[in-house]
Amino acid sequence: MRGKKPGGRRLHFLALVALSLLLLASATIAVTFGPADISPTEVWTTILHHLGLVPESPVSRLRDAIVWDLRLPRVIAAMGVGAGLALAGAVMQALTRNPLADPYLLGLSSGAALGAVTLVVMGFALLVPVGAFLGSLAALGLALLIAQLLGGATPVRAILAGISISALASAMTSFIIFWSATGDSYREILSWLMGSLSGSGWVDAGLVAVSLLVCAPIVLVSARGLDAFAFGDKSAASLGVDVARLRWTLLGASALLTGVMVAIGGAIGFVGLVVPHAVRLAVGSRHGKLLPLSMLVGAIFMLWADTMARTLFDPRELPVGIVTALVGAPAFLLILMRFRRVT
Amino acid sequence: MEGLRVAGVNIRRGGRKIVADAKFSAPVGKVTGLVGPNGAGKSTLISAIVGIERPEAGELTFEGANLVAMGRRERAGICAYVEQSASTEERLSVADVVALGRIPHLPAWAVELGSDDETVVAGALEKVGMAGFAGRQFNTLSGGEQQRVHIARALAQEPKLLVLDEPTSHLDIRAQLQVLHLLDGLAKAGGTVLLALHDLNLALHFCDWLVVLDAGRVVAEGPPAEVLREDLLASVYGVHARLIEGPSGPVIAYEGTV
Repeated sequence: MRGKKPGGRRLHFLALVALSLLLLASATIAVTFGPADISPTEVWTTILHHLGLVPESPVSRLRDAIVWDLRLPRVIAAMGVGAGLALAGAVMQALTRNPLADPYLLGLSSGAALGAVTLVVMGFALLVPVGAFLGSLAALGLALLIAQLLGGATPVRAILAGISISALASAMTSFIIFWSATGDSYREILSWLMGSLSGSGWVDAGLVAVSLLVCAPIVLVSARGLDAFAFGDKSAASLGVDVARLRWTLLGASALLTGVMVAIGGAIGFVGLVVPHAVRLAVGSRHGKLLPLSMLVGAIFMLWADTMARTLFDPRELPVGIVTALVGAPAFLLILMRFRRVT
Repeated sequence: MEGLRVAGVNIRRGGRKIVADAKFSAPVGKVTGLVGPNGAGKSTLISAIVGIERPEAGELTFEGANLVAMGRRERAGICAYVEQSASTEERLSVADVVALGRIPHLPAWAVELGSDDETVVAGALEKVGMAGFAGRQFNTLSGGEQQRVHIARALAQEPKLLVLDEPTSHLDIRAQLQVLHLLDGLAKAGGTVLLALHDLNLALHFCDWLVVLDAGRVVAEGPPAEVLREDLLASVYGVHARLIEGPSGPVIAYEGTV
């Protein structure tokens, strides 16, 4: 009966507010976690101080730097990456009508890996995000070009072309690693391949935020259009949806979003696959609800996964992709079992 | 009264002409059947009528209004479409599916339906006899129930013209009769119904008007009992058959292939 009772709207609004508050609280707590103990009050005093709202901060310079320079940007980057991947995943699943679709479907992650690894072995480790971004867009462009050459870029052709590009890029990545990686670069590459937000600063947090601010609104206003895809292209077209235009707009927006996320955090798996499914299980498939809630849940999930990644085995850091997979894979199985019971 | 008018419609796909110079009309308040062998171009012609495909040439009008020149949303408010059997992997309640029919009437960014829309959705479910199913998951329904929900979704568009592509092909005979009775009732209430059908006896029984398509051309149009003559069944379908008078009208008795 979702949305059909007068209470449906209020319930959705309450869920949005509750999750936003949970996200804010999670972020505050996550910043206090780490080798140096910092209180929530100190966290907010520091934030307000930097925003110019508290002129004189009682927090020491060192602790101020730990909050503002080290932990806060990383926490923001984690939330943004989680929100972006969850949103892109939900869009890809709806557009391709494929429940197994994730944001990396069209070769985006393998392309990014190839770009990143190439730069690492060439010694330009600092330029990895640029290489990853260009690599992901190149893979996507190539997949779409091949689909077009096969006789029109339909979703199925694009997915198939994406798979072949993906395989090719992975093979080349493996070759480069095998041939030229030394001990140090090997560890660097591996950590990137498994997904890591280690060392994220304000530039990374800013890029993630800007890409979300640009792409998310485009996707969110198309929620009704995505609903129309539930029974396929023909049915969507007969409901007055411009199928081709909507598809390419949304694909473009989610590819751009994924490209930035992959550049900042590497190919972090399972977030874009599991989060939309979990939210769907709770509130159903109507995208007006699904998309914003997925973003919030994705942000919270990623924030805690990254906090675990950096604190569990302190002082060593785990690549966050390992945490998301360790939590995400069993969660995915649980969701599958729930789906079987209700459908 | 003239409802849908199709004139001189050509549809080409990948260089091949699928529909050639199609011309017929579907009157208001009637159930019009579109019949013909597999590959005759029924689905393609229907795609063009509902705006999924653009005809290469020709006119498509409803009560004088030019469907081809219309905006997508405006057209979806006049003309609704039901597929053979449309399934989904999405988790949608019956009410959610019917609510899809309100899309042409809502602003694109609206998350929830207005109360007027909810009234339309409830009314549409009522009309197809599925009022008690609003909260059920669509995927748990039988084929016949799903098809009735699809018709309710089409009715929620508040269309003047309802176009269905073989809506009964996957259903058992009881569900087929239920769907066809439902369509008959909608036409009698003033709607215009056009449907592609395979079963000629059902066409004979339920359609008020019949259009026969063969190899992309309209080869006959008129009242079903006058159109489905033995010579037409032989030339279009390649079957020997006799029309015999049954207790509730004429029935086709098939005797073999030509």
